[in-house]
Order: sequence, then structure tokens, then C-alpha cells
Amino acid sequence: MTGLRYVYAVCRPLGAPLQAQLTGVVGAPVKQLPHHGLIAVVSEVPERDFAEEPLRAHLEDLDWLSATARAHQGVVDALTVVTTPLPLRMATVFRDDSGVRTMIESCEEHFRATLERLQGRVEWGVKIYLEAEQPQEATVAEPEPRAASGRDYLRRRRQQTMAREDVWEKAEAFATRLHEKLSAFAEDSRLHAPQNAALSGTAGRNVLNAAYLVPRAHSEEFVEVVDRTKDDAPGLRVELTGPWAAYSFAGELPQEGA
Amino acid sequence: MTTPSRLPEPYGPSSGANLADILERVLDKGIVIAGDIRINLLDIELLTVKLRLIVASVDKAKEMGIDWWESDPALSSRARRDELARENAELRERLARLEELEQGTGRTRGRTHPKEAS
Repeated sequence: MTGLRYVYAVCRPLGAPLQAQLTGVVGAPVKQLPHHGLIAVVSEVPERDFAEEPLRAHLEDLDWLSATARAHQGVVDALTVVTTPLPLRMATVFRDDSGVRTMIESCEEHFRATLERLQGRVEWGVKIYLEAEQPQEATVAEPEPRAASGRDYLRRRRQQTMAREDVWEKAEAFATRLHEKLSAFAEDSRLHAPQNAALSGTAGRNVLNAAYLVPRAHSEEFVEVVDRTKDDAPGLRVELTGPWAAYSFAGELPQEGA
Repeated sequence: MTTPSRLPEPYGPSSGANLADILERVLDKGIVIAGDIRINLLDIELLTVKLRLIVASVDKAKEMGIDWWESDPALSSRARRDELARENAELRERLARLEELEQGTGRTRGRTHPKEAS
């Protein structure tokens, strides 16, 4: 049968073979496709799911999307253990091996430069959450259970708003400090949009969502720095994820600007 | 699948990462290369926005005990396919009717209704 080729990542030839049982999207075995001194990590995917039309429809199906995203990430994750992969965006699909080779040829220079830059580095994700609403509001409101007048009511409202703003300001100040500290330690950093609580399934409001590029050799220290700050801010929660392949630092293709 | 050992191990993407962490990276980050199968990147960006809306809406809707998104073409791909097929058929039919009309009256219309033009 002839399937399409799904490409997960491009990397330098591996010093070690891929785990024999490593499977990718739709459970297919993952293979290395060497070309011009680089390798593309690929697996076969059926045309009925990955041709343009069905792919577009699938991408709007949250269950399909998350299964595929996890499979993609699983392969990149396995590669991160043995090499420095350049992760491609999900659903990069070619007709056949020769299409993949042509792609390698046309992006060869960029791949090499990026591999050089990211070699031996991993990405760590740090998020700060503001835990559920603070009890301060209750204490502010308690002494006056009923507003005696419109003016009282407005004053109380203002106090509540100020208490809330205060919490926000503190959270922001903490986030800024932590980000400065981690940026100074890391080689590079990116600020991502705060995550939507419904999609992440995490409690609290996401106030910082950042990624840091750290040499693998310094990762342990980085983790310690994050760990030490964890208890510094009551009402805030610091979450660390990683080590990831350097997703957030690999994407700057010079295609448009240059 | 067991997680291979690596350093440092207190957190692994597979353990600590939520769906948003993973989607954020595999969908929004990583190297963008146009494959043979062309997926409009704007679609993917729109999709993330739309996904956030869907999930937020589902959550809210659950609270309110309703399930309108199942049949809302903007939110369900199946409903949209059905909707598109229906809409397509309807549009074709209307186009055919218009073409018939056009053939009958098109050539003389300008001259027969001069007032409408001014």
C-alpha cells in the first residue's frame, strides 16, 4: 500500500537507533529517512485521513486532534532523549519519500544553522497561576453587611475592586521578577499567551506562560531555581514542564523576511 | 510505553504537561514547512482560537445543561458537513433557476426597465 509521509522532525544522524517499538501517528512504526547528512523522522499515514480534505475535517475534531498531537509529541519526545531534534509543526505531510528529500534539500541550510544553534539545548515551560479568588474580598465586605446608602455601596465596591487589583499587581510583580531571573539564567526565552483554563484543565488563572531555552547540562540547576521560588508567593502556583524539544525556539524560518 | 531515563527527571513532558501545553507546541510552534498536503496555516491558527471557544462553550453549556454545539455547524464538523451538503444543493438549485431567468430576460433587461437604473 502507498501511504503519505508524516514528518515529525529533522535531526542529525542518530548516534543510537530509534527505540524498536516507537510508534507515531495512527500507531505506525517510525523510520529514519537519511538525506544530505540529515535525517527526517517519518511514518506512513493513510491517505484517507491525511489528504487535504479529511485532514482539514479531522483537525476540527478535538479528540482526533489531541490523539494526533500526543502521538506527534511522543515521537519528538523520544528523539529528545537521544538527539537534538528540530520539531516540525504538526501535520507536515508529503506524498512520498522523494517529497521529503526535496524538502530537506530546499531547507538544508536553515536546518543546519538551527541545529547548530539548538544543539544540546532543551526547552522548559514555566507557568504561574493565580489560585482561585482571594478571601480578602470577604474580609473587606464583612464589617458592613448592608450598604446604608448608595455612597456606601459604591465605596465598598471600590474597595473590592482595589483588593482584586492588588492581588493582580502582586501576581504581575512576582511573574516579572521570576521571568527576569529565569531569562538571565536561560539562553533565550519566549512569552506565550496565557492558557485558557478550559483547554488546559488546570485550576486558577494563568498569569505567566513562558518557555526557556536551557543547555541540557544546566537543566538541573534551572529546575532548582524554579523549585526554590515556588513557595515565595502565597496565592500563586508555579508549574514547570519539560524538558521539551526546543519547539518555541525552532520556528523562525527566514522565508518571509529574508 | 515506559519513559526512557533522561536528565533531569523530576518532570517529564508526558507527566506534567496538559493538553494545552502539547497543542501550544505541536500546533503553534515548531518549524513551519509547506508539505505536499497543503493545510492553510491560517486555518490552524483559527482552529486554536476556535478550539478555545468550543471548550469554553462546552463548559459553560454543561453548566446550563444544554448541548446545542452537537448540531451547531460552527462547532461540530459532522454537523457542518451535513450543513454544507444541504447548502450546496440549495445554492446549486438557486443558481440553476437564476441562469434560466438570466437567459430569458438578461439581454433586454437594461432597456425594458430604464427607471430602475437611475
